[in-house]
Amino acid sequence: MAVKVVIPTPLRQFAGKQDSIEISAGTVAEALSGLTNQYSELRRHLFTDEGKLRSFVNVYLNDEDIRYLENDQTPLKDNDVISIVPSIAGGRPAPSFCR
Amino acid sequence: MSKVVLRIPNGAVEVIRKHGKESYPNECCGILVGKAGDSGKEVLQAVPVANLRLNAEEADRLLPRESVDFESERNRFLIDPKEQIRIERETRESGLEVLGYYHSHPDHPARPSNYDRDHGWPWYSYVILSVIQGNPEEMTSWVLKDDRSGFDSEPWTGF
Repeated sequence: MAVKVVIPTPLRQFAGKQDSIEISAGTVAEALSGLTNQYSELRRHLFTDEGKLRSFVNVYLNDEDIRYLENDQTPLKDNDVISIVPSIAGGRPAPSFCR
Repeated sequence: MSKVVLRIPNGAVEVIRKHGKESYPNECCGILVGKAGDSGKEVLQAVPVANLRLNAEEADRLLPRESVDFESERNRFLIDPKEQIRIERETRESGLEVLGYYHSHPDHPARPSNYDRDHGWPWYSYVILSVIQGNPEEMTSWVLKDDRSGFDSEPWTGF
């Protein structure tokens, strides 16, 4: 299936400065691995050293969080749009007296 | 001497400081909107958003805590991705960009933590406001290194 992957601003520099990339894949997992094979510098920002999708990477398929679908095994149709949405999180170190 | 690369209007600085004070002892967070150019980034607006950690169930669904005993809205922030997508869309439509994010460190220095580093993204400016005993104090800005090994300090100036 030919799908479009939308790249968020902070990762465009690792994807040839493009804001979206056309890719051929059958599932979300295949699309993301195809993307990181093509642009290897993206890998460390999307996947852990063990090859799992980082917990703070949100992936949307046509505006729906893939956690509500079949996660990375969600099948794709032609012209689907996958959006990588960075989770924005942080905070000071956790003290032992918190709560 | 370092070059100033992030410019924040005094009104936006005030929005961030006020948000940090009002949210104390919890962490506050928000989105920095503006323009990026060759000479640096210029913020036009600081947009306060809710800290999703106040809604623990929803926040844990999106980004589970490593320790429910030691992590809460007092030392963690998370921006609701739906809110983020909405603001990003509006920003793009008005010809601007999301340049980065701000958050507060209640009773802690304005220095990025390991947790900040582990959850950071390159390119974005991460503005951190230290709020000590409810009073906004030092405010700093940081950019994650491309290899994710740490943050570089990003000098900023008000205008």
